Amino acid sequence: MEEIIGVFIQEAREQLTAMEDALLRMEQGDGDAELLNAVFRAAHTIKGGSGVVDLHLIEGFTHTLENLLDRLRNGEVRYSGEMTTLLLRSCDHIRALLDMREHGRTGEDAQLAEAGRLLAEGLQAFYTSGEPAAAAPSPDAEAPPADDCWHVSVRFGRDVLKMGMDPLNFLRYLQELGEITHMVTLCDAMPETADFDAESCYLGFGIHLRSDTDKQAIEDVFAFCRDDCELHILPPGHTTADSQAAAPATAGPSSGRIAVPGGAAQPDITEAAASRPGQAGNNRGAEARLIRVQADKLDQLIDLVGELVIAGASANLLARQSRQGRLIEANAMISRLVEDIRDSALQLRMVQIGETLSRFNRVVRDTAHELGKEIDLVISGADTELDKSVVEKIGDPLMHLVRNAIDHGIESAEARRAAGKPARGRLELNAFHDSGSVIIEVIDDGGGIDIGRVRARAIERGLIQADHHLTEQEAVNLIFEAGFSTTESVSTLSGRGVGMDVVKRNIEALRGSVEVETWAGRGSRFTIRLPLTLAIIDGFLTTVAEASYVIPLNAVVECLELKAGDTRGHMLNLRGEVLPFIRLRELFKVDGPIPMRENVVVITAGGGKAGIVVDQLQGEFQTVIKPLGRLFRHVRGIGGSTILGSGEVALILDVQALTQLAVQREEASFSFTRLSFPSSIDTLESSHAPE
Amino acid sequence: MTIATLTSQPSGARRLAFDGPLTIYDAEAIKAHLHAALQQTKGVPLELDLAAVTDIDLAGLQLLLLARRESLRLELPLRIIAASAAVREVIGFCHLGDFFGDTLAPDPEG
Repeated sequence: MEEIIGVFIQEAREQLTAMEDALLRMEQGDGDAELLNAVFRAAHTIKGGSGVVDLHLIEGFTHTLENLLDRLRNGEVRYSGEMTTLLLRSCDHIRALLDMREHGRTGEDAQLAEAGRLLAEGLQAFYTSGEPAAAAPSPDAEAPPADDCWHVSVRFGRDVLKMGMDPLNFLRYLQELGEITHMVTLCDAMPETADFDAESCYLGFGIHLRSDTDKQAIEDVFAFCRDDCELHILPPGHTTADSQAAAPATAGPSSGRIAVPGGAAQPDITEAAASRPGQAGNNRGAEARLIRVQADKLDQLIDLVGELVIAGASANLLARQSRQGRLIEANAMISRLVEDIRDSALQLRMVQIGETLSRFNRVVRDTAHELGKEIDLVISGADTELDKSVVEKIGDPLMHLVRNAIDHGIESAEARRAAGKPARGRLELNAFHDSGSVIIEVIDDGGGIDIGRVRARAIERGLIQADHHLTEQEAVNLIFEAGFSTTESVSTLSGRGVGMDVVKRNIEALRGSVEVETWAGRGSRFTIRLPLTLAIIDGFLTTVAEASYVIPLNAVVECLELKAGDTRGHMLNLRGEVLPFIRLRELFKVDGPIPMRENVVVITAGGGKAGIVVDQLQGEFQTVIKPLGRLFRHVRGIGGSTILGSGEVALILDVQALTQLAVQREEASFSFTRLSFPSSIDTLESSHAPE
Repeated sequence: MTIATLTSQPSGARRLAFDGPLTIYDAEAIKAHLHAALQQTKGVPLELDLAAVTDIDLAGLQLLLLARRESLRLELPLRIIAASAAVREVIGFCHLGDFFGDTLAPDPEG
């Protein structure tokens, strides 16, 4: 039972998300009637499900909600703006009830019960006192007494007989579902004898079927010829006018006594018929294509694949050492398959970021309301895929950035008008892929970050000395320092003691990075760069003395030999381009003689380019990322470790950090400022001074 | 293979008898027989004897409907004077009893 409840809770949350989306779109003036249906269906599904798993609190509350929605849908109650807020809060309430059940409590506490009662009263007030809307009379109002038969109208495709099917058999099968009370044969489409192809089918049928089946089951009867037959199904209880509408629009002049009078199909009625009883079936169809799998089973699979990759590398190495051609060949084949397995296993973990991003519709709406601002949220790249574990962990940092942008970034409507900007603020969430990483941007068109204030605050907080000379970019980056907050008024939104430093730390914990750009008076852009996956990457193996280092392959641009004449300090002349480089030997203080030949691996990350000087290049290597122990957390330039086929440990380079280091050092060497560089660089620079 | 025989009756009517299945497999031939019979039968009623029809599918049914429509157009009396159980079942199932009503002889057993 617990398992069923777990599934229900998860599904109910999905339904609530869908419901919120639809409500928000309705509020934004999307007049699509289907939206209201979507909201209703979501509520209906939750109610049904909660009844099945005996969660009567949810069932009762959702029932009230559904009552209002049903009346809205029938046009008995008119939709109004304030309803949205109440409906959204109802979603929250159901969510709270779900949370409560998930935490193992079955009874609600007084506060929740009171909230639920108030909400339910609010919902009821809308439909008990609400005057019937005159503009949209209930479609049922003038309907004659309900007919208890399904009306099925079908015209078979011309070639159905040639394909070896006898449509009569489909019709006979309908008897399995219920009783055929009436049937008319439509032969108006039959051409004159001369044009009549005896092997084509020209007939259509109108059938009254008395049955308590659903629409899907009736549709399924015609599944084999569904593609090229014209099928209209009307549920029991529609008006006679509808049934004429459902008759195929092609019906020409009636012939003899057998043809039903034809009329132009009224699309709204047939659509309504399609969307109502058919919905359950459609949902079932979607579910059949998905399998719910426990996330830890998936993680276990990824782990195993990781071990397989390592074991494969080991076997490969032994095979090569044995110099047996056929063994090497067989191993190469296995390696290729392992690679494929790795890719498909990782693909299993990929989810679209859309769900995470669309959550912000609600956040932006509520936050903006609270602050009395008007803000449009524009989301793009919702279908960008990234690792499930990353998606889960990026929610909080993103939330903080979004709230910050609304609270501090976007100005009030008056201030915006005064600045000659449109009164409505604009917030953008963009997601896209960029050379092996996923980029998420949070862009606002607000006032930008006040660099002067940032600097003043940093001095006040003792983060920098008053006489520190900072570039603008360095100053802006101060907002990511611990204990930094520029707002004087601590609002309920930000200023919870969680600053941008936590955002930065959370993102870095995902092997990602965050950058900010700002334009005074025009807004800011936060760019989050995340790795596609946390588990396995394609690497490029290099060695320095005895130690091996792996560079993520997607960051590698090219490799070249380091020629003494091309270098000057830490710069390298790359075909006329100045390329800052870093000697791993120096960065990691590797002892041992410098070999005759050194190689440069040119890497790119975060828009910067740098060279990494190593002794030897070993080539591509599938890398299973193992986390570094806590002891090494503060080592800069190392992202993780991996195990080679030989059983040795190799370190994975953090290209992002290394590029930054190289570029920063390049800038520093020009401006002679030494700002908070990690100590390793300082020693490195001083140790390198004589060169 | 369906065998069609067209004979003249003592009453003056022409009678077309089918023996075998009235299905898609022989549809073209059946159509030709029906068409020829309708064209050749000038002024006298045409009787269809379907007592020996073993099977009938939608193609066969469609041809009967076509013949019926053609006879109405030519103002030529068309009667089904005998029908096998298979034919009766299909006509009954499709609620076409009315259509062939006065042309279809009552079921001898029912």
